[in-house]
Amino acid sequence: MSMRKQLCKCAVALIIAHMPGVSLADEHPRLGVVASVEDIANVDLAINRDGAGLPPGRGSVAEGAIIYQARCAYCHGSDGQARGLEIVGGIGSLASEVPVKTVGSYWPYAATLFDYTRRSMPYDAPQSLSNNEVYSVVAYMLALNNIIDEEKVVSDETLAGIQMPNRDGFRYDDELE
Amino acid sequence: MTAARRSNSSVRQDSRASDVHVAAGGLLHRRHLLVGGASAIAASMPSGAAISAPDTPSWMLAPGSEPPPYGTPSPHEMRVARHILQFYLDRAPEFRISGTPLEALDGTLTPNGLHFETHHSGVPAIDPSSHRLYLYGLVSRNVSFGVEDLLRYPQTTTTCFIECSGNSFFNTMPEPSDRPCGAIHGLVSCSEWSGVPLGLLLDEAGLSDGARWLVVSGADSNAYSRSIPLSKARDNIFVALHQNGERIRPEQGYPMRLVIPGWEASAQVKWLHSIKVTAEPGFTRDETSRYSDLRANGAADLFTFTMGVKSVITRPAPGGVAAHRGYNEISGLAWSGHGRIARVEVSADRGASWAEAVLQEPVLPLSLTRFRAPWRWNGQPAVLMSRAVDSAGNIQPTHDAWRERYASNTRYHYNAVQAWQIEANGEARNVYA
Ligand code: HEC
Repeated sequence: MSMRKQLCKCAVALIIAHMPGVSLADEHPRLGVVASVEDIANVDLAINRDGAGLPPGRGSVAEGAIIYQARCAYCHGSDGQARGLEIVGGIGSLASEVPVKTVGSYWPYAATLFDYTRRSMPYDAPQSLSNNEVYSVVAYMLALNNIIDEEKVVSDETLAGIQMPNRDGFRYDDELE
Repeated sequence: MTAARRSNSSVRQDSRASDVHVAAGGLLHRRHLLVGGASAIAASMPSGAAISAPDTPSWMLAPGSEPPPYGTPSPHEMRVARHILQFYLDRAPEFRISGTPLEALDGTLTPNGLHFETHHSGVPAIDPSSHRLYLYGLVSRNVSFGVEDLLRYPQTTTTCFIECSGNSFFNTMPEPSDRPCGAIHGLVSCSEWSGVPLGLLLDEAGLSDGARWLVVSGADSNAYSRSIPLSKARDNIFVALHQNGERIRPEQGYPMRLVIPGWEASAQVKWLHSIKVTAEPGFTRDETSRYSDLRANGAADLFTFTMGVKSVITRPAPGGVAAHRGYNEISGLAWSGHGRIARVEVSADRGASWAEAVLQEPVLPLSLTRFRAPWRWNGQPAVLMSRAVDSAGNIQPTHDAWRERYASNTRYHYNAVQAWQIEANGEARNVYA
């Protein structure tokens, strides 16, 4: 922590300490209750880019095709290219006059595809797929983008290792941290 | 000269001997505000003809109605409503964005029912008695809080604007949109928010070594998720429970949302449900695939949280009040995620000359700031522009300068100078200049 930040923190503590009726920044109701492991398991949907947090499971491109056509195609198109909801295509287009951002062309990490599909899709019934179904449909989306072969099985052990075409396409200011 | 001719010529106040001009195209000295407006109105009254007394209005002849327990606008103002845009039509009809009708409002605070609104899967109907906020991850103990619990904590109150990073995205398109001002720029609003400083809650969980980021999720059906650096959480983030005095509305994240003054709205997770303390950002879909800024060279910026300095003239403006020949008060809004608005300049001749606008006090940091400039329009083609400078010295770019930086499909963080062309009939039209 920088000197300035430390000073700021002290200043805030001092101000609060001098407010009538408030003696110390520390004194507040402390009403948080300890959350059980089960509670957290229920709410924790976050998957790290390195795969940490992925639940055990696996799925194949072939199984994914069936799920995709039944549960996703009516919005995203049977080829994944429904206008406005494309999830396929555009690889190599980002620096061109007409960049196309899709799962295939733009997303940096494969693990995010599990994270997002599980928490948000299918849009009309999120969190209705089993973990294995999510792995399958993720495998299918990767195959539609020619990122993995048709025969491939994707699992909690292999997903994060799949290299996305635009993995190195992003940057951010690490001053933020 | 007949009386009729005389009154006509005084309505058309193209120029007056007392005018003090400060820039070309009819921009007047600030002393014409209020004073100039009043005298111009007086001058435009038909001078000779007597105004016949109207019949006493019915509302003066009988008692009025009982006021409702919760007030609503006058029925005569019902057309003042948010501008709604749908994206996925039949496939996801509830997926909408609703822009504040900036052209119909004055002052700096947005009425709660007109605060802009976006979401990623509709507005969830949350029962507050079964909603909790969970804090977990790199902490000493995982904790959760109910809504009633949070209401018992020391609260903090801040007035700030909230702006969607996609605000004004129509202006990133090849052709200027002819939509109303608020449909283009209305994904910004300003409220007084109250809530619990996030730092208090984090202290209660106790941070572990290596804690650097917060991966935050909402309780909407999208379980919308974004990452925020912990350093910011220590700064000025709070869990908001009240907006302009009342509990926040469902569209604004009822029963609780994050408020991060000056940052893009999409990081201020609504329907706040869980905060995971982590070593790294989550690189979630909504901070990589969406809300990242693709540059013209094919590389994209992540975590571009701070909203740039920006301004827009809301009167005259498309969809709102037209310019009148003679005296007008130009009025608009300016804001910056970097601090306070230091200066706003206005041009009536497409940026060839500029005059400094008057800022309405109080000028609050990270809040909408109202500016005004007196203007006498001679009826000739004119292009009005405003250009804001913030307390950090940032100035709005031109449309072309902004455009050059980004890929053709980048729709976020557009903050270029807005130009309204004033047509012969006084109506304002969006143009790129
Ligand atoms: C009822 C329509 C609908 C169905 C069914 C649906 N989706 Fe979606 N999907 C959407 C919408 C709308 C979005 C955009 C959401 C947003 O922007 O927040 C989306 C976004 C996505 C994205 C993110 C695309 C990007 O580039 O950011 C992926 C991936 C996705 N859906 C996968 C799926 C999968 C897999 C299924 C089936 C299991 C599915 N969707 C079913 C409507 C649907």
